[in-house]
Amino acid sequence: MNWPRPNQISHRTWHVWRRNYSVYKQNWKISFIPPLLEPMFYILAFGLGLAVMIGDIELGGRLIPYTTFIAPALVAVAIMQNAFFETTFNSFVRMYYQKTFDALLTTPLNLEEVILGEMLWAATKSLIATVLMTVVLTLFGLISYPGALLLIPLALLGGLFFASVGMICTALVPGIEMFNLPIFLGITPMFLFSGTFFPLANLPAWAQQVAWWLPLTHLVALVRAGTLQMLDASLWLSVLYLALSTAFLVPLAIALMLRRIVR
Amino acid sequence: MAILKVDNLRKHYGKLAAVDGISFAVQRGECFGLLGPNGAGKTTTIRMLYGYTPRDAGILTLFDLDIDRDLRAIKRRIGICQQEDSLDPDLTVRQNLVGFARYFDIKKSEAEDRADELLHFFALENRAKDNIRILSGGLKRRLMLARALVNSPDLLILDEPTTGLDPQSRQLLWDKLAELKAQGLTTLLTTHYMEEAERLCDRLVIVDHGHILIEGRPKALVRQQIGHSVLEITDPDAAVRDFLAAENCRVEDLGKRILVYLDDGDDLFLRLTREVRAEGCTLRPATLEDLFLKLTGRELRE
Repeated sequence: MNWPRPNQISHRTWHVWRRNYSVYKQNWKISFIPPLLEPMFYILAFGLGLAVMIGDIELGGRLIPYTTFIAPALVAVAIMQNAFFETTFNSFVRMYYQKTFDALLTTPLNLEEVILGEMLWAATKSLIATVLMTVVLTLFGLISYPGALLLIPLALLGGLFFASVGMICTALVPGIEMFNLPIFLGITPMFLFSGTFFPLANLPAWAQQVAWWLPLTHLVALVRAGTLQMLDASLWLSVLYLALSTAFLVPLAIALMLRRIVR
Repeated sequence: MAILKVDNLRKHYGKLAAVDGISFAVQRGECFGLLGPNGAGKTTTIRMLYGYTPRDAGILTLFDLDIDRDLRAIKRRIGICQQEDSLDPDLTVRQNLVGFARYFDIKKSEAEDRADELLHFFALENRAKDNIRILSGGLKRRLMLARALVNSPDLLILDEPTTGLDPQSRQLLWDKLAELKAQGLTTLLTTHYMEEAERLCDRLVIVDHGHILIEGRPKALVRQQIGHSVLEITDPDAAVRDFLAAENCRVEDLGKRILVYLDDGDDLFLRLTREVRAEGCTLRPATLEDLFLKLTGRELRE
């Protein structure tokens, strides 16, 4: 396998980002709706419907309303989904059906830059969703400042992580319908079992150990620590987990895409 | 001066030698044709020219630059019109051109001027704001070609530019390509339409199974290899065959049809129609298609 080298990446990577951004701008009114509406639906369903049955949750010696507990998890889930869906379905359509990558390769761009640009764009989509959701959640009074400002770097780091995971799936699937497999086996279980809707401590010990390895667990922990302003040293481990795996998965995604496309 | 030099280019896919030692050179200002049936190795050759497909062996020099050392500098100076439509369906006609210029680091104002110039040249002005999705095949091709010219290339590479187009679109595209050539643009094109090659190409090679079979100027090649005219006889009988056997001429017997390649004069045709039979005998000028079929065979490819 041919691993990408840093000297293959130039400023042209941003041209790929700009291409996707200019398409996004065309339909921004529609693209803005899900990140604005989705948190409201969850807050209404869980905050009005479920929270009254659950009451407050004890977290790090503090009593926290259930709605405040799940709000940051919704942001973490959005970071994961926006990046993952961008580099799976959307990148696949551009690569396979629209031949966008083929067109880009007739210009001075190389494939390494195309793939990296796609992943950076996916991380940007995570960031846009995070900012929009944070505005809504702030209006509901579910987020504390200045801790919430940590969401910006977290959206980029988490976004890039899940963008590379999605791109690896794109490099490996034979057809677009196969994306159901990583969604069913990876995205959905993470959505449920990463400390999103209940504290991991509620799980049996073995399940807690499994959940600790899920990347979304770390993203949820970091986002929650930011919005609730409950920072402690153990979070560095989560930062390290996401940063190191991103540093490995981004070049791996590029190498696998090269293996798929270059013939 | 040679704009493009291809020296002993090779590419294997498993045991299949898709390109098996191809060499040719394209001079400044000429239109060079790469002809061959489907699967002959035309597209693979083209793709190696801009580094899309890595080659197994061979030396590629464009504008006196080596492709391994200066791929980016080379790609900045070539325009490539791929076989398949790769336009951006989310953008308008004009945005497709302006957006594409960005990949060449062309400034926005410059890109907009160039886009308008190209829209005018290809008679796409009143479609500038249209969505790509509603364009016909012919319009899309024109836009693909316009997009390949956005960086004002020194070499234009066209991979089967008129495949699948209606006669009107094809004629228009040929006119535009002829105009570009008159402006001094160097062009390399692949095709399996002989009419296209005869009309556009100064020189050409015919490729099959990854090899070059012949190289030269289309008219001279036809004259040399086929002759001046071709006598076609449908449903030949024994009398016709006996008559031809007694003559000193080049005959290709296809069973239900006989082709006779004639160098000069219609004497043989006149005698045949007077003495043997006139029905089903046609005398016509020799074409590139005769040469192509003679060299690459008549059996179906795929």
